[in-house]
Amino acid sequence: MMDIDELKKICREIRKDIINMTADAASGHPGGSLSAVELMAGLFYTQMKVDPENPDMEDRDRFVLSKGHAAPCYYAVLGEMGFFDKAEFKNFRQLHSILQGHPDAKKVPGIDASTGSLGQGISIAVGMALGAKAQKKDIKVYALLGDGELQEGQVWEACMAAANYHLDNLTIIIDNNGLQIDGANDQVMSLGDLSYKFKAFGFQVLELPDGNNLEEVLAAYSISTMEGKPKCILAHTVKGKGISFMENQVGWHGKAPNEEERQQALKELEA
Amino acid sequence: MSELKAIRVAYGEALASLGEENEKVVVLDADLAHATMTATFGSKFPERFFNAGIAEANMVDMSAGLSTMGYIPFCSTFAIFGAGRAYEQVRNGVAYPNFNVKLGMTHSGITLGEDGGSHQAIEDMALMRVIPGMTVVVPCDANETRRAVKAVADMKGPAYLRLARLPSPVFEEDMPFEIGKANVLKEGTEAVVFACGIMVATALECAKRLESEGISITVVNMHTIKPIDQDCILKYASGCNHVITVEEHSTIGGLGDAVGEVLLNNKCNVSFKKIGVEDRFGQSGKPEDLLEEYGLSEKQVYNQIKGVLNR
Repeated sequence: MMDIDELKKICREIRKDIINMTADAASGHPGGSLSAVELMAGLFYTQMKVDPENPDMEDRDRFVLSKGHAAPCYYAVLGEMGFFDKAEFKNFRQLHSILQGHPDAKKVPGIDASTGSLGQGISIAVGMALGAKAQKKDIKVYALLGDGELQEGQVWEACMAAANYHLDNLTIIIDNNGLQIDGANDQVMSLGDLSYKFKAFGFQVLELPDGNNLEEVLAAYSISTMEGKPKCILAHTVKGKGISFMENQVGWHGKAPNEEERQQALKELEA
Repeated sequence: MSELKAIRVAYGEALASLGEENEKVVVLDADLAHATMTATFGSKFPERFFNAGIAEANMVDMSAGLSTMGYIPFCSTFAIFGAGRAYEQVRNGVAYPNFNVKLGMTHSGITLGEDGGSHQAIEDMALMRVIPGMTVVVPCDANETRRAVKAVADMKGPAYLRLARLPSPVFEEDMPFEIGKANVLKEGTEAVVFACGIMVATALECAKRLESEGISITVVNMHTIKPIDQDCILKYASGCNHVITVEEHSTIGGLGDAVGEVLLNNKCNVSFKKIGVEDRFGQSGKPEDLLEEYGLSEKQVYNQIKGVLNR
């Protein structure tokens, strides 16, 4: 397995990519991309059976970014791993770019589902896990969801199905940063006791006090799934993690840094 | 056309026989398997049948996921839920990535009957037709349904099948079926009628009656609403003065508008009449009473065609 210090360095590069992508595009979602860095990088670099040289490799593991607006983080991970040329980052959100505002499976090597409309990705992942099971294949399926996304009723339809079909090849990861566009989750629509809810829906739940702590994240990934149960990693994270003026600021959900803010952010990441 | 058979029954049988030929075919339903008739497949291939429960949004996106694993999912519920409630799942989960999912939606139109307007999809063709890359097929009888199921399974990409509930006439002659290629059932000179679904039989009966009165019209079975058979429309529209469409669907956005767009885009100088549900919701009633109420009984269609011809 990859050295953890090495992976921490990569996470720093991914954060820089996120800042540069959104700054270059003058649009995009830095906050929820930055909160998901360790969750996504930890997964792709240490857990998933994927091959950047052969993105359509048969029997590869699958990942669905259900919170599709964290596309900058997804693209940064895939780019750093070599699924496509990092020069593409400059084209993020531009006309004819493979890097659309939200992930487009038709365009990007390594992306298996088009997401962005919240609540749908988890259902697609359930379908993938169901398909893998039906073929008796050792394929693991992962979906990353936002916490605000859990307000979509479809998420709970999907959870019900995941437990019903005993999808122990499915892991859903909740990037629980506590903020959504209009404010704190609790101000907009309280999510209640999420751990209890996922348990009640039939998931094996692992709660991470700090989902931006790589050691914690990797430990959670290494715990094997209980037979017959889908797994939920409920990770408490910090929106805007790593950039002092973005951390826990709801305003950075869908706002890009200007040039001055970009330089400030990059400086902090170099420190 | 003496035998009666429901299109949805033929759908269930077609899925079951397709399941035998192709092990990649899987079927999903949302607790209506005995109404959509996907249970016919489910009882034969339980390991390839997934009941999603009453959760249409999740069902459609699960189908999307299954298609990425190499399966050909047929996803079924009532048209009102499949095209309506799960519209955005069809649009973004299935069609946007061009996934190979087939939507076989039953109980379309007012002939769903007694359950009433809440359940009668009169706008599903319109909703599906405007989605880029979506194929929309409306079989006219049980035999065509079998062929349509096979044809959409053989093509790559998303397709919507609009399937009626009630027993309806089965055409004696087996028609050829090719997606996007209309079937001309009767050639005539004074007008051309484009019909789809259960209204094809109605249109043909009207044409026979008119023929006996010395009025000759063409009847076309326009089983594919998208891609629409432009060549056929232009060929027959240019050969006569009147174009008429008949559908068990709103006159807004369905077959009528699909044909009308072709006529307008090609500057066809013909009279044009859309027969269908006139911008109002359905209601409870016996299917035959509903057809009468909404102007789609054989007699009413006949009168409307005659009115257009001014005869």
